[in-house]
Amino acid sequence: MISLAGRDILHAWGKFVFTGVGLGLLIGVTLTMAGLYRGMVDDARVLLDSSGADLWVVQKDTLGPYAESSSVPDDLWRGIRTMPGVAQAANVTYLTTQVGKGSQDVRAMVVGISAGEPGAPGWPPQLVAGRQITRGHYEAVADLATGFRLGDVLRIRRNHYTVVGLTRRMVSSSGDPMVFIPLKDAQEAQFLKDNDAILMQRRRTEANPAFNRPAVPGLLEAVIASQAGNAYVNAVLVRIRPEATPQEVAEPIRRWKRLTVYDREQMEGILVGKLIATSAKQIGVFLVILACVSAAIVAFIIYTLTMDKIREIAVLKLIGTRNRTIAAMILQQSLVLGVIGFVVGKISVTFAAPLFPKYVLLVPIDSVLGFFAVLAICVLASVVAIRIALRVDPAQAIG
Amino acid sequence: MSTRGIRIEHLSKRFGQGDTAVLALKDVNLQVAPGEVVGLIGPSGSGKSTLLKCLGAVIDPTAGRMVLDDAVIYDGGWKVRDLRALRRDKIGFVFQAPYLIPFLDATDNVALLPMLAGVPNDEARRRALELLTALDVQHRAQAMPAQLSGGEQQRVAIARGLVNQPPVILADEPTAPLDSQRAMAVIRILNDMARRFETAVIVVTHDEKIIPTFKRIYHIRDGVTQEEAGEGRGFD
Repeated sequence: MISLAGRDILHAWGKFVFTGVGLGLLIGVTLTMAGLYRGMVDDARVLLDSSGADLWVVQKDTLGPYAESSSVPDDLWRGIRTMPGVAQAANVTYLTTQVGKGSQDVRAMVVGISAGEPGAPGWPPQLVAGRQITRGHYEAVADLATGFRLGDVLRIRRNHYTVVGLTRRMVSSSGDPMVFIPLKDAQEAQFLKDNDAILMQRRRTEANPAFNRPAVPGLLEAVIASQAGNAYVNAVLVRIRPEATPQEVAEPIRRWKRLTVYDREQMEGILVGKLIATSAKQIGVFLVILACVSAAIVAFIIYTLTMDKIREIAVLKLIGTRNRTIAAMILQQSLVLGVIGFVVGKISVTFAAPLFPKYVLLVPIDSVLGFFAVLAICVLASVVAIRIALRVDPAQAIG
Repeated sequence: MSTRGIRIEHLSKRFGQGDTAVLALKDVNLQVAPGEVVGLIGPSGSGKSTLLKCLGAVIDPTAGRMVLDDAVIYDGGWKVRDLRALRRDKIGFVFQAPYLIPFLDATDNVALLPMLAGVPNDEARRRALELLTALDVQHRAQAMPAQLSGGEQQRVAIARGLVNQPPVILADEPTAPLDSQRAMAVIRILNDMARRFETAVIVVTHDEKIIPTFKRIYHIRDGVTQEEAGEGRGFD
């Protein structure tokens, strides 16, 4: 038996291909949305992986340092370093800001790391070019996604930094590329005020009799100095000894340091479950809407194609074609349309994904699920057309 | 009495119930022998199409008897379980417009019927080509319907009606869209094929040009048939 669907498609291939391309672009958008979600999850995991930490010590009762602001003293790491099971501990600050280069700027997450301690938690694990930060000030390691190159001078707040190293795929949970700078510079950048504000604050402090006591020399200078500096970091990153477990190291820190400690699993839960939860829901709603739109388009096209063939279907039924042969013809056409759409969508998203500013991660399982979802949508979409075809009276062929 | 070909006895068809009932066919009696071509003529609304649909097992008659090729197919009810198979294997249809399947070439349009009956594709195509050759359109065997002239399309449609060698062919106004010359050619073909394949052919027509060609004519008026001799010009 010849394939009626195949012959019809070959006969009207232009209609099928153009419709398939249109549908494919829609499927491509759907796959891109799924890829964006995967990319966000991957960004979160990359952030955790690249920090090289086993534990995140943050301000008590906060979800810091990524999901909420957290502030802990910058000398805390010394005490934590001596706790049982701790191999390394390092301060870190995170500040998402605009990083300028000439007249242009890019959004980036500025990470403050303890200078001169390569390999400590928080440091970029690998560089693709250049070297790690070796000086205490004004050097930076930037991710390739920032567009900076070795030797570029970039501007963070009021200070300028020379790019000495480059990383790849070091991003924040929201996909912003990272720029690593020395910790002291980062601490300053977090709370840096403009000159007028500093002068005004000094005047206020001088005018405050509690700080400007004639009988206590040096008090005013000490207070002003404490106001000008920043002795806080966002978190202490801890790497544990191989023989220790995260729980047994975290518990004494919680108990004795009165801080909140998250292990890798908990931090991933915060990033994926809380930080990108709203975005994930948004993408989920978009996926459902796009699936409905795709189904409606396929249903409409198959319905139109079937209505165009009502007379031929009546003739086919009159000359003895079985209902299942006619139903199979419509179903196969719908499936072919879906397959064309999926192939076009997959190809278009593969080429378009790198053009998106956010990371689009195309996972094979999403493509497989997407393919079967498209087939299921096509089967559902053909139901209306099949019902109409099966109701066609063969007598219509006689007149 | 032999009932090869088709014989209809006291066939009636009522549409609707009660006060709104319409008796479209009251008492139809008709017999067509194998190899014979008869005309079925009548004014609009006389019941021609209803009779054709009953004969084609597309709608159910209300009462009567139909015998097709020595087998009772209707006697107050259908005696055949699979009407679709009956239409496919025992009845050929030729329509006013050819109604060829637009996405199949001429050969496959004809071969589709035997394929539907389970005949292997090669054999079905061989049979189709034989018929197309007999109808002198073998040179257009690979052409799509849109590439065929009206006359060629009609010949392909006739070949489709004949391909399963049914005992009866129902032709519904087969010459309506054709000029005199082509109309006569179609009637000639139907006569030739009827004789060659021993097929009974019933031609429903309004076409004054072809009515004189029938040896026997059934007039249908108000759902009742009346047989009369035709002139039978030209096809002895």
